[in-house]
Amino acid sequence: MEISVSVNQLLKSYTKGEKTAVNHVSFEVKKGELFGLIGPDGAGKTSIFRMLTTLILPDGGNASVNGLDIVKDYGKIRMSIGYMPGKFSLYPDLTVEENLGFFATLFNTRVNENYHLIKDIYEQLAPFKNRRAGKLSGGMKQKLALCCALIHNPPVIFLDEPTTGVDPVSRREFWEMLKRLKDQGITIVVSTPYMDEATLCDRIALIQEGQILSINTPKNMVSHYPDQLFAIKADNMYHLLKIMKTYKNVLNIYAFGEYAHASFREDMDTNELYRYLEEKGFRDILIIPAKPTIEDCFIKLLNN
Amino acid sequence: MRQFITFVKKEFAHILRDKKTLLILFGMPISQILIFGFALTNEVKNVKIAIVDRARDEQSRRLISKIDASKYFEVKKILGNAVQVDNELKKGTIKMAVIFPANFSSDLAHYNTSQVQIVLDGSDPNTANTIKNYITAIVTDHQRQQQSNVPALYQIIPEVRMLYNPQLLDAPNFVPGVMALVLMLVCVMMTAVSIVKEKEMGNMEILLVSPIKPGMVILTKTFPYLVLSLVNLTIILLLSIFVLKLPVNGSLVLLFAESILFIITCLTLGIFISVKTSSQEVAMLISLMGMLIPTILFSGFMFPIENMPYPLQMISNIIPSKWYYIIVKSIMIKGLGFSAIWKETLVLATITSVLLAVSLKSFKIRLE
Repeated sequence: MEISVSVNQLLKSYTKGEKTAVNHVSFEVKKGELFGLIGPDGAGKTSIFRMLTTLILPDGGNASVNGLDIVKDYGKIRMSIGYMPGKFSLYPDLTVEENLGFFATLFNTRVNENYHLIKDIYEQLAPFKNRRAGKLSGGMKQKLALCCALIHNPPVIFLDEPTTGVDPVSRREFWEMLKRLKDQGITIVVSTPYMDEATLCDRIALIQEGQILSINTPKNMVSHYPDQLFAIKADNMYHLLKIMKTYKNVLNIYAFGEYAHASFREDMDTNELYRYLEEKGFRDILIIPAKPTIEDCFIKLLNN
Repeated sequence: MRQFITFVKKEFAHILRDKKTLLILFGMPISQILIFGFALTNEVKNVKIAIVDRARDEQSRRLISKIDASKYFEVKKILGNAVQVDNELKKGTIKMAVIFPANFSSDLAHYNTSQVQIVLDGSDPNTANTIKNYITAIVTDHQRQQQSNVPALYQIIPEVRMLYNPQLLDAPNFVPGVMALVLMLVCVMMTAVSIVKEKEMGNMEILLVSPIKPGMVILTKTFPYLVLSLVNLTIILLLSIFVLKLPVNGSLVLLFAESILFIITCLTLGIFISVKTSSQEVAMLISLMGMLIPTILFSGFMFPIENMPYPLQMISNIIPSKWYYIIVKSIMIKGLGFSAIWKETLVLATITSVLLAVSLKSFKIRLE
């Protein structure tokens, strides 16, 4: 399998080396893969993206995009990638159509030359093509930004938190578009703080404080979850979280939606826990085995 | 070429869709010309004065009517004594009083000399000085007329001719100044802010990750301002010709050519500021503090450079607007050709090329 993006021991620190944003990060993205960098705000995702898009220089290590070195061949890389920064970076005072036209010209191409690539996305925007970009909704803005990043048919696109601040429906639509782009052979590197989006990637890297905790397919990641996981619910959730911390064999206990997720090292007797919680005065107790998610994996990794 | 046109179109869209920018761009030159032309004037006309005439004879009356007849003075009050003069001056109803002594004519007749007392409101020294000069001139003139029937023994009459601006109007002085000021403001501030805005909004991030060259970004960012500045310049010249009645004596083509050079100087300054700053506010402040104030202080348009201490005179040499001001005055007022201003042009061109080289070199190809 051909390698599209290769990152090797990449290092980046700010404020004169005091704060390490990216700490010896290595990963590889195969051609035509949808690769996700998953991590909370401040994990170093944007720094990695900016190094790969040649916007900032690494302090150590090396990386290549399409076989081109990110330091030496920055000019060639800039011609052959699509980049969508985390912040909406189109011109708010230009219309949808004008923005697209401008970015097409920027990359020495025309809108109709690669229209097939953006057709699905742009058709949703078409009714608003004479509206100023600044007046679009969050989801629409991101769709337009994606169109602009794709207009020159780049083999690799980098999308930095494309769905942050976008409503759930638009988010789902956005990921469906990414799937379709992937089917056309475009390599996609995407970052997101939303764990539920991780399952939509081919492979993900969980990242925290500049370090990669794990790289795997989402399926493998959850299937390799080593502990016993239960979802627990009772009338007083706040108290439940506190009490469960002291229960025997508990590894982790944390709020997860309307439930609390508790992981145990070995087999746990559900009936025993039920009795224990009743003794403590809880009512409406519900204990069910839970299927681990990416978020559970992430929390597991964080606590190691 | 297609890239260039699209970029310039986009830049014009930015400018034309922002009403505030448009207002600054075209409202400023018009209001400045009109304010300087009609409100902020040093010219003295119809100054209200009082007369204390103790002599009440033919001689004094003749002089009084001569003063009153001049367009500079308007006799507002005839007062009885010096105390009243003091009161009126304090109230501000008059700016000057002319006091004739009781023996004005008899002294003239017997001793061939006599005195008139002039009392001035000195709280505004510039105006007071101008008034003083006018009244002295009228008195001297009157005296010469009186003597003309008697052949004088020995007489030197200074024949003063004010070249280029015979009426000593303000307009020839400030129109070139306003031109320098407006071009400086429009070109430096607007370009600096527009480039920094792209950085601040994150647009620069995408522009950098594209095949476009930094030179192209700079060129397309500045070109629209060159065009708009020329429009502005035309407005100023039209206003000065038709509203202020100040014609362009020299070659219009030369004036525009030199103006284009100065506009390019200002644009490069704007680029330089934008390269060195990262927020619109800072860019605007530096443009205002660092460019506007030196232009007002050191171009010679408000304060004569010859009167400044030597170190300040040296500083004035690196202010581009000083040279432009000299050039415009030479062409517009004196009607001189290129041979008279090639030195100033050379200085301006040198400043421009140095600035352009520095800003092109420091234009960042990355984010940090």
